[in-house]
Amino acid sequence: MLRRMILLLMYAMFFIATNAYSITAEEVKAIAIGDAEVRIAALNKAVVTADANTVYLLQALADDAVKFKGEQVFVVRDGKGFDPVSRAEFAVPADAEDVTNNNRLRGELDSALAALKLFSKDEKIRTAAIKQLQSDADESKLPLIEKAFAAEQNPQIKEQLGLVRAAALLNSTDKTKRLEAAKLLSTSTQANTKTVLLARLAQEPEPDVKSALQKSLREVEAALAWGDRLGAIFSGISLGSILLLVALGLAITYGLMGVINMAHGELMMIGAYATYVVQGLFQKYLPGAFDWYLLAALPVAFMASALMGAALERSVIRFLYGRPLETLLATWGISLMLMQGVRTLFGAQNVGVENPSWMSGGVQVLGNLSLPYNRLVIIGFAIFVLLSVGWLIGKTRLGLFVRGVTQNRAIASCMGVNTARIDTYAFALGSGIAGLAGCALSQVGNVGPDLGQGYIVDSFMVVVLGGVGQLAGTVYAALGLGILNKFLEGWVGAVLAKIAVLVFIIIFIQKRPQGIFAMKGRSAEA
Amino acid sequence: MNTTTMNSPVQPNTPLPTPSPLLSRTGWSAFTIALLVVCAVAPTLNLLVPKDSVFYLSDYAVGLVGKIMCYAICALAMDLIWGYTGILSLGHGVFFALGGYAMGMYLMRQIGADGNYKSNLPDFMVFLDWKTLPWHWSLSDSFVATLFLVVAVPGLVAFVFGYFAFRSRIKGVYFSIITQAMTFAAMLLFFRNETGFGGNNGFTDFKRILSIPIATPSMRMTLFVMTGVTLLGFYLLVRWLVNSKFGRVLQAVRDAETRVMFSGYNPLGYKLTIWTISAMMCGVAGALYVPQVGIINPSEMSPANSIEIAIWAAVGGRATLIGPILGAFIVNGAKSWLTVAYPEFWLYFLGALFIGVTLYLPNGVVGLIKKLSLAWPKKIRSET
Repeated sequence: MLRRMILLLMYAMFFIATNAYSITAEEVKAIAIGDAEVRIAALNKAVVTADANTVYLLQALADDAVKFKGEQVFVVRDGKGFDPVSRAEFAVPADAEDVTNNNRLRGELDSALAALKLFSKDEKIRTAAIKQLQSDADESKLPLIEKAFAAEQNPQIKEQLGLVRAAALLNSTDKTKRLEAAKLLSTSTQANTKTVLLARLAQEPEPDVKSALQKSLREVEAALAWGDRLGAIFSGISLGSILLLVALGLAITYGLMGVINMAHGELMMIGAYATYVVQGLFQKYLPGAFDWYLLAALPVAFMASALMGAALERSVIRFLYGRPLETLLATWGISLMLMQGVRTLFGAQNVGVENPSWMSGGVQVLGNLSLPYNRLVIIGFAIFVLLSVGWLIGKTRLGLFVRGVTQNRAIASCMGVNTARIDTYAFALGSGIAGLAGCALSQVGNVGPDLGQGYIVDSFMVVVLGGVGQLAGTVYAALGLGILNKFLEGWVGAVLAKIAVLVFIIIFIQKRPQGIFAMKGRSAEA
Repeated sequence: MNTTTMNSPVQPNTPLPTPSPLLSRTGWSAFTIALLVVCAVAPTLNLLVPKDSVFYLSDYAVGLVGKIMCYAICALAMDLIWGYTGILSLGHGVFFALGGYAMGMYLMRQIGADGNYKSNLPDFMVFLDWKTLPWHWSLSDSFVATLFLVVAVPGLVAFVFGYFAFRSRIKGVYFSIITQAMTFAAMLLFFRNETGFGGNNGFTDFKRILSIPIATPSMRMTLFVMTGVTLLGFYLLVRWLVNSKFGRVLQAVRDAETRVMFSGYNPLGYKLTIWTISAMMCGVAGALYVPQVGIINPSEMSPANSIEIAIWAAVGGRATLIGPILGAFIVNGAKSWLTVAYPEFWLYFLGALFIGVTLYLPNGVVGLIKKLSLAWPKKIRSET
């Protein structure tokens, strides 16, 4: 509140420097008292020649801090009354009435204040004011907008302001101005330009202006459609990258080792909670380095899940190799216990994990398309994890052993590979990657005991679709499912999209029972 | 099939082994006792014995046992498909819920104009501002049609799903995961208000069945007896099924599907039939469950519920028939006690049950009892 007041005062100063004019008691009375229509007219007249006192009065009106008695208007702040013209302190009579504003008046007040904010020194405030004015600019604000347009230095903001100016001109009574405005607006990529154009089109009497409006509308819609399409592709890739992270761990434990791990989602949950704990430690002991807590959380999340995975492999899963259905049930039991364990330790509520400041915000690509930084970071992270896993399995000694044990356990054992230990390492690796996925998920979604449940069906679908024993298949399946899902979502809604994807997978498996990339040779019929 | 028969030429008229009788003499007496308990003893103890007597069977117990008997039917159905055919379904909750929803629709129509909005339409439709019943409700005012739907809808869904899954020879874990995805998708579908099944609130506040008030002690007892008789009837049916030649082929499919194919059988028909029968049984269980519990909502389709059915069968003992029924009673009895006494321990217990049974009790409680009864005489013999 205080900050807002100071800002207001700041641009009020600007007015005092440029405007010799000052609001009169007459005008104050006209704005504050009487019929709503008359007040709006007075308000719009006063805004054009606004000074510091006008801003003061309007802000007070917007904050419901104005009273009147008879002809006298008071601004009431902190229990004290002020005269809006002289700013001198007055005692407010006990029987003074509140000035009430209806919704229409409130809207006018807000847009008037927004128009005045166009002169703020702060670019952010100016941008925000432009955003607000885009949908409710009218001709009465035009002089102000013109003035701001002339004074604007930043070319980007100037361009935006030009669109606002055109939107205001669109409701002009002058036909040529409307025509000009309709043409100007065709270059816009804002969603609310479409609303403004549609609203005008509905009440436009002149046929040639109407056709110009329709032409602009088509162009704006085409630009918007591009934004929508690119947006769907981006969110598809984003979902795909998350699915990829989730499925990469499964590709190792299920794809390579053949262990069906229903607790995979809960290993992700452990990674997310490890991130939460690291965040808490940084908040408490290293608040200065808080922005970098995520980097510290990555190895912690990996190790927490990997250790849990190793413990599970040693204690339960080891005894169930070769019995996939039993493994499924036992790991389901593990997942129940892990979920309940987290509930006991951290409570059943979701916990809050914050984005570091460098991950909040986004890049504005088009008017209706902005790419959030956290999603971009996760896409990059998924690629990084994918390359690391590919390197680990393909190039290192451990990877060689894992592949050897997968292909022929007996021969690998004869060659001196400690197969039991390799199993543990491989399972811990898959679990650790689940932990990394959980750390990434904590940046885009809720962190709670149910975190893993939502992804387990999807991630198994990815592995089933991609084919067992393949990393490449997992990648294609994850991205394919992500993009397909998001496109269908825009078309038929989230739930039907999920069902459609499921039906698609079932049909796909009819044609290629072993997934996109079938293993060739005898291992296929295992 | 052993090596000697492979070497000697196959006799064209080798008689098949005589099928074992449906139940042994002790089996029949046990069955009669169970039938008596359900049809005579329980109603007497609940309705006729005064409430302060030691022998009085409380309404809570009747409700609980009635509910668990519905679960036992599901466990029996699961045993048929998992224990005898080796196909682990993680989607049986869908068939249970479909049967329940079919019955629930009828019960919603029976409310008539007594709902909160005093309209002939179910309350949730008034709330959504629908003016007429959607097409899939058109049969819901007839009880006979409902009885048909209870069996037909789960059966049809299972048939279509099973046909495509078995035809492309999806088996083992793949099949389990696909069924889990199916139940997950169905749950999402039923959560939608537009699907026309009351969204996430489902159906509740039932008032009448066949125009008879539903919340009376005698109605509760009637439903209890019907559930018990259905369970015992299904037991006989399943027993007959698994002892028949059809059942033998099923067990052969479970043990060596490839060999069955090489012997000239097409497993598709066998698997599809047993899968559809199993789904229908679950549908009947759901239809009996809904009027007793008084609510049906999409959470019945959550993957966790379906996988719980599997653990009932596993705890009792797969590929035995009494085992799953026993398992349903043990697990659900423990659940209703633990969730009241130590609510935070229930999931630990259930989780430990999943792990413990798979690791240490592959044949369940029945297997354990058999093992002990075999070990006992030996021990006595060695001591004497």
